[in-house]
Amino acid sequence: MQNNTQNTSSGMSLIVKTVARILAGMIMLYGIYIVAHGHLTPGGGFAGGVIIAGSFILLYLAYGATAADSDKRKWYASLCESLGIFGFWIVAILGLVFGTYFLFNIFAKGTPFHLFSAGIIPVCNVAIGVEVAGALVGIFITFAAVKLLERK
Amino acid sequence: MIHYLLGILLFVIGLYGVLVKRNLFKIIIGLIIMEYATFLLFALVGFREHGTAPIQPGVAGKVFVDPLPQALVLTAIVIGLGTTALIAGLAVRIYEKYGTLDIRKIKKLKG
Amino acid sequence: MVNSIPLFVVIPLGCAFILPVIGRRWERAGDLFANLVTVTLLGLAIWSVRFIRETTVYHVGGWGAVNGIPIGIYLVRDGLSIFMLVVVNLIAFVATLYSINYMEYFTDKTKYYTLFMLMLAGMNGVILTGDFFNLYVFIEIAAIASYALVAFGTEAEELEAAFKYQVMGSVGSGFILLGIILLYSYTGTLNMADVGRVILDKGASNLVWFVNVLFIVGFGLKAAVVPFHMWLPDAHPSAPAPISAMLSGVLIESIGVYPLTRIMYNVIGFDGVLSNILIVLAIISMMIGGLLALWQWDYKRLLAYSSISQVGYILLGIGLGTPLGLLGALFHLFNHSAFKGLLFLDSGSIVYSVGTRDLREMGELDRRMPITSKTNLVAAMSIAGVPPFNGFWSKLIIIIACIQAGRYGVAGWAILGSILTFAYILKAERYAFYGKAGRDVADVKESPPFMCIALIILAVICVVAGLMLLPNVRETILFPVVNTLTSGTEYIWRVLR
Repeated sequence: MQNNTQNTSSGMSLIVKTVARILAGMIMLYGIYIVAHGHLTPGGGFAGGVIIAGSFILLYLAYGATAADSDKRKWYASLCESLGIFGFWIVAILGLVFGTYFLFNIFAKGTPFHLFSAGIIPVCNVAIGVEVAGALVGIFITFAAVKLLERK
Repeated sequence: MIHYLLGILLFVIGLYGVLVKRNLFKIIIGLIIMEYATFLLFALVGFREHGTAPIQPGVAGKVFVDPLPQALVLTAIVIGLGTTALIAGLAVRIYEKYGTLDIRKIKKLKG
Repeated sequence: MVNSIPLFVVIPLGCAFILPVIGRRWERAGDLFANLVTVTLLGLAIWSVRFIRETTVYHVGGWGAVNGIPIGIYLVRDGLSIFMLVVVNLIAFVATLYSINYMEYFTDKTKYYTLFMLMLAGMNGVILTGDFFNLYVFIEIAAIASYALVAFGTEAEELEAAFKYQVMGSVGSGFILLGIILLYSYTGTLNMADVGRVILDKGASNLVWFVNVLFIVGFGLKAAVVPFHMWLPDAHPSAPAPISAMLSGVLIESIGVYPLTRIMYNVIGFDGVLSNILIVLAIISMMIGGLLALWQWDYKRLLAYSSISQVGYILLGIGLGTPLGLLGALFHLFNHSAFKGLLFLDSGSIVYSVGTRDLREMGELDRRMPITSKTNLVAAMSIAGVPPFNGFWSKLIIIIACIQAGRYGVAGWAILGSILTFAYILKAERYAFYGKAGRDVADVKESPPFMCIALIILAVICVVAGLMLLPNVRETILFPVVNTLTSGTEYIWRVLR
């Protein structure tokens, strides 16, 4: 997919790059909206995370990347993934720490159908969103960076 | 009853793909069909005729669809994503090592 | 202390999540954290043995029962769970200790420990869960981590083995999920105890029978019972040695045999037809596993076939369904974990020092590697059933149970299987340690200290495990475990209460 040259003009044509640049932000914003309203509307951490990952993948496809870039981005993606899931873990054990049950909804639940309600569920959604976005970008880069060997 | 049978039929089609096909990626597609047949069947188990969404206020007395299978299918789809990514990665690495996707030519391990 | 129940899953999961972050700069983090986690879990598991007569239910998230109908995920700790927890965490502890030196071989230790911790969390979860869908999720967590671990060396053979393993494993998971879905459509609940209650009320229809078949195929694939065993002899030898020990020693038992036993005995209810199916599968496994092991020249492959044969013994005891048979099966499960783990770790030591798995290229190692050869001798005597080692007692109990149940033919097959075991293990022992060397062995050295410590721990367990049968000890440890199974569907009332 990528030609892996040091040429700065790698990637697709100018039109694609411009459209991708404009769209990527909006796609990401939409993903963040889905994550943040996970406890109110359909969607949630996983669906929103996939959309956020989609914005990164769009940029990646439009602009291309060198092998060195790929390695660095894969590390960032994997860091996001680990920190996201670790955040979920922290929220989950808060219940144990405060002497109730594992995954217990320890925060105030608020009024239903408000953005800040439902206790730990929005927090968990954000953690899952970060985790899924990181994981999917990581998977994408792993597959995109594969250079198949020539047949002997 | 018919949706159970069709779901199981789809499952068997996937199983057929896994057992008979010789190309690594066709085997993977067979596995995916098998997985999704179970997910479809699971979602259909929760279906109720003329049911409404279970989250609206004031649905007492009305028939609503079973929300539990839907939530669980989402979980299962995420697991399916993980397994699919891993097995596709394995297939790509196998292609790098062996230079072929034909399972008959990939046999360094003997019986 | 009810709160100790989720810790078996929570602690390894947390370790798996934080390791990729801190392990990038700090190479030794994996060694330190993984060993701390497994020591803690082993301690917790042994401490839990005091509750072995009780059934404790943990409501995840505080979601208990509403009007007597369970709505949340239940974790159930009873005799059988505690027994399995001790076995799994014991082998995990030894395997991580062994990995400190052994995994220097490979490049990315941090990723290795991450996957190891995920697998451990999955196995502990399978053992503790009281919910069907949660069971599926934990099985998948353990299985996915094990697929990746089999491919860890990323050589051609390892990738091929991992691919085969994952295809078969995914088919098995598909069958298990299909069975769970059909059970849900029949009973309208996923809690194991509640499913059992509804089946008791409504009676077992043909659908439940179909589900039984799906579970036997699905868990049979995971446990490598013979018609479904093709992946195991490839997958288990390809993994790094500590992982081979985990896979053969505890994974096939905790995600294959254990859930099958739990569902058959405590949820759906055990009867004569199931018993006959299991016994037939067990005899085929014992014979074919043992016969194929005889022909192998690859040491780890021989051990892998031997695992198939030994799992046959465990299934035989479970299939008999008598208290004595179950006692033998569970005791053999413990013993198999110990001696098969030890044998695989020994084979790893040989690979580490000599660099080959081929029996024909080994030889004269008894003087070069004294600790490895002595511990291997202990494990070999155990698996071959030489008194007073642990394997002798468990096989003896299973054979006596067969005779007591009036199944003399089955007892004959079990004795034949035992002779086969003796034959192939003698072959391995003879060629690896005492035969003439096929190559120059002058510069072969004993393995590094942590590996030797791990070997010695397991060897000591192999020798003293027979003491579990002493009159007072068996009443406190083994009988309550057998009791959780023989009490059958009373499990339902102990959980729902």
